[in-house]
Amino acid sequence: MAEPQITDDLIAAHGLTQDEYDRILEIIGREPSFTELGIFSAMWNEHCSYKSSKKWLRTLPTEGPQVICGPGENAGVVDIGDGQAVVFKMESHNHPSYIEPYQGAATGVGGILRDVFTMGARPIAAMNSLSFGAPSHPKTSHLVKGVVEGVGGYGNAFGVPTVGGEVRFHPAYNGNCLVNAFAAGLADADKIFYSAASGVGMPVVYLGAKTGRDGVGGATMASAEFDDTIEEKRPTVQVGDPFTEKRLLEACLELMETGAVISIQDMGAAGLTCSAVEMGDKGNLGIRLDLDRVPVREEAMTAYEMMLSESQERMLMVLRPEKEAEAKAIFDKWDLDFAIVGETIAEDRFLVMHGNETKADLPLKALSGTAPEYDRPWVESPTPAPFTEAVEIDPMGGLRAILGSPNYAAKHWVYDQYDSMVMADTVQSPGLGAGIVRVHGTGKMLAFTSDVTPRYVRANPFEGGKQAVAEAYRNLIAVGAKPLATTDNLNFGNPEKPEIMGQFVGAIKGIGAACEALGMPIVSGNVSLYNETDGAGILPTPTIGAVGLIENENALITGTVRAGHVALVLGETAGHLGQSALLAEALGREDGDAPAVDLAAEKAHGDFIRDNAVWIDVCSDLSDGGLALAAFEMADAAGIGVTLDADDVATLFGEDQGRYLIACSFDKAEALMVAAGQAGVPLVTVGQFGGDAVRLGRSEAALSDLSTLFHGAFEAAVA
Amino acid sequence: MKAAVIVFPGSNCDRDLAVACRKAGMDVTMVWHKDTELPPGTDLVGIPGGFSFGDYLRCGAIAARSPIITAVSAHAKRGGYAVGLCNGFQVLTETGLLPGVLMRNRDLKYICRTIGLRVETTDSAFTSGYTQGQEIAIPIAHHDGNYTADSETVARLKGDGRVAFTYIDNPNGSVADIAGILSENRRVLGMMPHPERAADPLHTSQDGVTFFAGLASALADA
Repeated sequence: MAEPQITDDLIAAHGLTQDEYDRILEIIGREPSFTELGIFSAMWNEHCSYKSSKKWLRTLPTEGPQVICGPGENAGVVDIGDGQAVVFKMESHNHPSYIEPYQGAATGVGGILRDVFTMGARPIAAMNSLSFGAPSHPKTSHLVKGVVEGVGGYGNAFGVPTVGGEVRFHPAYNGNCLVNAFAAGLADADKIFYSAASGVGMPVVYLGAKTGRDGVGGATMASAEFDDTIEEKRPTVQVGDPFTEKRLLEACLELMETGAVISIQDMGAAGLTCSAVEMGDKGNLGIRLDLDRVPVREEAMTAYEMMLSESQERMLMVLRPEKEAEAKAIFDKWDLDFAIVGETIAEDRFLVMHGNETKADLPLKALSGTAPEYDRPWVESPTPAPFTEAVEIDPMGGLRAILGSPNYAAKHWVYDQYDSMVMADTVQSPGLGAGIVRVHGTGKMLAFTSDVTPRYVRANPFEGGKQAVAEAYRNLIAVGAKPLATTDNLNFGNPEKPEIMGQFVGAIKGIGAACEALGMPIVSGNVSLYNETDGAGILPTPTIGAVGLIENENALITGTVRAGHVALVLGETAGHLGQSALLAEALGREDGDAPAVDLAAEKAHGDFIRDNAVWIDVCSDLSDGGLALAAFEMADAAGIGVTLDADDVATLFGEDQGRYLIACSFDKAEALMVAAGQAGVPLVTVGQFGGDAVRLGRSEAALSDLSTLFHGAFEAAVA
Repeated sequence: MKAAVIVFPGSNCDRDLAVACRKAGMDVTMVWHKDTELPPGTDLVGIPGGFSFGDYLRCGAIAARSPIITAVSAHAKRGGYAVGLCNGFQVLTETGLLPGVLMRNRDLKYICRTIGLRVETTDSAFTSGYTQGQEIAIPIAHHDGNYTADSETVARLKGDGRVAFTYIDNPNGSVADIAGILSENRRVLGMMPHPERAADPLHTSQDGVTFFAGLASALADA
């Protein structure tokens, strides 16, 4: 079949600028074929090439004694002792989820799971950070239901416990929801698999599901802004099959055991193209593909379609030829397609054959190595004036406004739809701070959290970026974990706008500073730009996923409060109300500057909690909603009331950073006060637990009333 | 005593079930669904939770036609013990070893949480460790756990004391709050809840420990 002529319209439809197209002409010295144009557009779109972000991503701290493999592979690898490693990453599936929420979210989960088991790790935990438009927006309910069902539908069937995440609502996401999926797996530290091919003439093997036309051009779609033609993009969303993914997981892990795998790469964005180029590029080899051998599920597929298909549950491997029979037996056992579709070659060529024709013949190194890289102009976000007004509001009214908002209400409507317990190692389910999973067969545990406060990032990208990391750090510390490392999923608007690029740059600087200071290097991540609809950008949302290690049961902090427990706050309370949950939910205002993060204090307070875990029965970080919300959540979890001494709104709802709420017996509280004096960290008593009422100074309400509000508000708002 | 845990390609609670059985002192072998025989001397067959063949339409229907099922049925007909948890319960109803069927949950949503069960009979190897009427906390995790049978079958199950567990607060619309049932000879149990997820000191509930310990001791005496 004749391929279309290359025209200016066709080039533009592939998301390539005229400059970029000129660069292609320069590299190959001739006009590209249609298939070649598709390959370039797949490799050079924002989603695959990181062309706008690379310059800044390089500034992030990525090293540490615990890091086995940092960014650049399918997922980051971190040492957890005893010859074991945790492998994790977070990735967005924003645009597909907005177009087709169930499949968009499901395949987002599938993609991140594949990234993890491609490295040789068995997935043991998943999380999801979800951002939706205003609850009242006509699309929101449909998106929430579809996304949550899709996340569950995939993860539950695959068999990975979903142990954490976030769900937020803001009108800035009305036309562009965010679905950020995190997965972590467990592997032996000396059995990690990478994507670099090695050896000439080695078979390139395709395995997994058959290739169809689904998702053709998906990565290019993900790198464009939305407008009202969005419904037409539905066919670019892939369809997930968790049953095939589960078989692919088991087959891959079995195959890796045999020593047959030289290199492996999952087919994610831009499928066959990206995976083949990645393996060749990393191994300094060329690749020849024979598309006639690719298992297909539709008739008359063109080379272009096969190279750009984003059909799910597929892997590309380079295998040891002498192990071919053994490998085939494993894939037969799991009833998966298995085909040798090409070989590694010595020359620097990416050669794609189809029906005895050469459909593409490109310099392979140049495809990824010479991808454009932009130093986009940016302007620093202006620092907002601090919020200095006195807030005249009854504290209980303020608390009710927060508890009744779907942003802060209990999320069991969401989390009950996820299997949080499969694998039978879950120690703490979602909804109570960090999720915790035991490392199977050991006494060690891993803690997982994902955090960001987009309001802060918009007001002050640098402090907001720091805060996202600091909150993740605190959530790990609060369960007794030693924070290990971080993955970042950077969701922003159009980077071609200097103010958006300024948000990106500011946030990266903040994230970098916090990761450095808190000893949590970035080991993997993903950038999602162009999250705009009709020119309106989302709130800048750099989601931080973080992993910590709990060395044994003694270090674990997961109690619930008892009557008579003393409530203490670690860290300085100044009453920062700018950009707070109270202002947003009770007064509908998003004013002032974000709270500043003192990284030295964060570190000192985190160390104090870890050193004194033995005295701490219950611990929670203080973040959105401040002391009042954290104390209520502890009370609600135990069904026991709480009395906070403070009367003033700033003390109750201020969002000063670096703080924790601790509950423990009177004797332990005394011991903690002594320890705090010695360590030089501020620790004060703020009230106590007991009874069946919540008292904020002189303001009082029945715990049961507040709990009813807290547990019903989410469903009332979106279901 | 020897237990065989059947592994379908989409099983995902097979390891969890094996761990709980081993902790109770059983000798466990994993058996692939394409096998045609159980290991010699198998006392208990365990059919685990998961999504045996993706289960996009009728849960457990394809699994019920797997090669190993012939051997499982023969084992049950000989008076051997078998337990099906969650997807395993669905497979047991699809094979006809237990009556009824598991439909979509009443609210058409997947539900994962720890819920309250009432022990309706202690007259079985599976429930002998509990007391009659005991209330226990066991997790559920399913999309299709709505037990359905005609009124005659339900009356017979109740009359024969073959309802093993009921839900205290019915989460999925099951008829007569049924969470688990026994075969006529009381040696085959199917239940939607997951006792293997309440069998470790780190689990939220440890009420499943009794299930496996009671089973192991009843089988040792048998």
